[in-house]
Amino acid sequence: MDMQVAKKKLGLKERYAVMTRGLDWTPSYQKMEDIYPYIAYEGIKIHDWDKWEDPFRLTMDAYWKYQAEKERKLYAIIDAFNQNNGHLNVTDARYVNTVKLFISGISPLEYVAHRGFAHAGRAFPGPGPRVACLMQSLDEIRHAQTQVHSISNYNKYYNGMHDFHHMHDRVWFLSVPKSFFDDAITAGPFEFMVSIGFSFEYVLTNLLFVPFVSGAAYNGDMGTMTFGFSAQSDEARHMTLGLEVIKFILEQDPANVPIVQRWIDKWTWRGYRVLTLVAMMMDYMLPKRTMSWKEAWEVYFEENGGALFKDLARYGITMPKCAEQIALEKDHLSHQAWSTFYNYAAAANFHTWMPDEDEMAWLSSKYPESFDKLYRPRYEFWREQAAKGNRFYNKTLPMLCQTCQIPMIFTEPGDATKICYREVDYKGDKYHFCSDHCKEIFEHEPEKYVQAWLPVHQIYQGNCFPEGTDPTVEGFDPLAAVLKYYNLEHGRDNLDFDISEDKKNFAEWRGQATKNI
Amino acid sequence: MQIDLRTVTIKPLRQTFDNIARRIGADKPASRYQEGTLDMQQTANFHYRPTWDPAHDIYDASRTAIKMADWYAFKDPRQFYYGAYTLARAKQQDTAEANFDFVENRGLAATLPESVRKTVLELLLPLRHVAWGSNMNNASVCAYSYGTGFSQPHIYQAMDQLGIAQYLTRVGLLLGDVESLDEAKRAWMDDDAWQGLRRYVEDSFVIKDPVELFVAQNVALDGLLYPLVYETIIDDVLSSQGGTPVAMLTQFMTDWFTETRKWVDATVKIAAAESPENKEVMTRWLSQWRDRSAAALLPVARIALGDRSDEVVGEVVQQFNARMAKAGVAL
Repeated sequence: MDMQVAKKKLGLKERYAVMTRGLDWTPSYQKMEDIYPYIAYEGIKIHDWDKWEDPFRLTMDAYWKYQAEKERKLYAIIDAFNQNNGHLNVTDARYVNTVKLFISGISPLEYVAHRGFAHAGRAFPGPGPRVACLMQSLDEIRHAQTQVHSISNYNKYYNGMHDFHHMHDRVWFLSVPKSFFDDAITAGPFEFMVSIGFSFEYVLTNLLFVPFVSGAAYNGDMGTMTFGFSAQSDEARHMTLGLEVIKFILEQDPANVPIVQRWIDKWTWRGYRVLTLVAMMMDYMLPKRTMSWKEAWEVYFEENGGALFKDLARYGITMPKCAEQIALEKDHLSHQAWSTFYNYAAAANFHTWMPDEDEMAWLSSKYPESFDKLYRPRYEFWREQAAKGNRFYNKTLPMLCQTCQIPMIFTEPGDATKICYREVDYKGDKYHFCSDHCKEIFEHEPEKYVQAWLPVHQIYQGNCFPEGTDPTVEGFDPLAAVLKYYNLEHGRDNLDFDISEDKKNFAEWRGQATKNI
Repeated sequence: MQIDLRTVTIKPLRQTFDNIARRIGADKPASRYQEGTLDMQQTANFHYRPTWDPAHDIYDASRTAIKMADWYAFKDPRQFYYGAYTLARAKQQDTAEANFDFVENRGLAATLPESVRKTVLELLLPLRHVAWGSNMNNASVCAYSYGTGFSQPHIYQAMDQLGIAQYLTRVGLLLGDVESLDEAKRAWMDDDAWQGLRRYVEDSFVIKDPVELFVAQNVALDGLLYPLVYETIIDDVLSSQGGTPVAMLTQFMTDWFTETRKWVDATVKIAAAESPENKEVMTRWLSQWRDRSAAALLPVARIALGDRSDEVVGEVVQQFNARMAKAGVAL
């Protein structure tokens, strides 16, 4: 028998290469453009897919092993939390409204990310990005499901989240996050990667996912906190993928730079508008605040994002120009949003309330330039009215921005006393916008944005009533019909926190769990 | 004697989410599979058409010829949501790791008769590329099919096939070296024995109908390939020639096929039982892709079976037909 020659030991990088890239081949029985039909039309030029640097090197066996370990721990904690009525340990029942916002606004997006990364992974001819995208697709279904499983127990005891899938597709303000992700997944695969992989996962994740998880940690919600912490290492992988995608595309061809710059500008603004919901959550909905929206924006975008864009400057990428306007809005965003939801509390699936004295003082200290001057007087007036039995619920419908779909509530940059309106005439119709940036996004792709399913327009067109509704009958109440279409139970899911079943039950149950009655 | 641990009991307002309650009744709690699967995919009021496929909605049941009154009729008998899936695979991964260690530490690769080693390298290594093709096809079905009941198992299947391609790579590195992988790829690209199968795989890449792609990949191709290669050639034929260590290295694939075919059979059954029209389409796809698959695998079988190939492939096809008959499709 021959002496066995000692085999050359492969390095980590080489070993990973034979485990992924080595599997691929150049087809000859079908044309490349038929197998990969979606990669040319966006105008991005890729000359060499092999230049892709794998952002992490995880083979499937290692993936299963690590992820299963995390799943075991996570579900053990969820079970313990449920068994111990962990929901009664949150700071106060107002906190649960954050959970409602999260499951109806954010969790369904994790699911879209799952399908979107499957699509992007299938679309790219390079094996490196394909493997990374598919692994993220698998992670994203994890996030969607662990969120549903963690929050399932809250749904058993609190209102507003009982039909969150149905509501996500229908309720007026949920079209803001929904249209954001619909916009991304209907874009080409490269734009999808820039919008979700880079702008959302890399630039904005600290302003979206993290505030919810930190908020949960600060408010005694171990269930939500645990899935957040469990997702952290997945998110770290997603962030490195997001950054690698950008660098790869930019390095491939100088002609890619202006296309990518336009996408970064667009998606930073689109993402920021979705963060309006997070801003008000941070400043108003968490009984125990982690930090103000303004502080979060300064730390996570202005400082960290600033460093990132400095780093990208060598490719010719500059800070998105919308950052200037966002800086002007940071003293106002959360207050304008909360005022709106306070108004429309009859039509949303969570409760609103007026901040108490301590909270007003906190807001004054965090927003010395704007709060006492502009927003406190408004709140004091509403609070007085509520005390007199005139709690105001707005029953008329607001005009929506054609792009971000938020009601036109924002003020002119630099003048917080004047509502900002922009409009465009396109093919005989007039379209309305909340800002120059939303207007520009529309003007660049009008054929896409004219399709938007705007909740208010749809209500006025009669498309948001239960089947068989006759709006012409005497005494027809359109709001009641719309709430039925939303499957939103009037008096339980909506209205002011003060008169809510959630508040009453929480007090009763906490008493039952802590006192001998 | 039973101990009585007391906890504070609060009566819940509801057992589960409304969408689940509408399907299973409001009086019972839902399983994690149900809460993680049913109605997870958005169904209404999409904002924009895909720029990459303007003829369809983002999720669109009309991408396939199969018609279902309710796409959540598709249920995974394994009840795989992400957590259950990864736990199952982590366990199999542990076994695979122990098997690789066993073969490596005892130097069992060196005890293989040269003819067996050569056959294994020639037969198994090009299958890395077939598994990679399946990874891509299953990603495609996951992306473009309708309803999470149907789409969800395909992301698991996609990643399983990537895992299988990686296990095959490790077999190659253990019994051969990087050059063996290169040689297998050359055979995959050029040798006559592999061209029928490569053409099958590349043709499957351009199938647009997600359910047809499920049939071509997971039912017809894998339904013949796994029984032929792993259950027959490796576990029977080569084992009897001193190749048992190889069977240890491919145990993952054998176990995996036994498990996943339960889901595949259930899926075929549900689609075909829905309507005579569906059954007609499924029958047509199944017989067409089965015939192509059998023809493509025949020259591959010859690498290990020589003259017996026609007979063995014929048997595998018979078993496949019996399996489909049980799932309600007579071929």
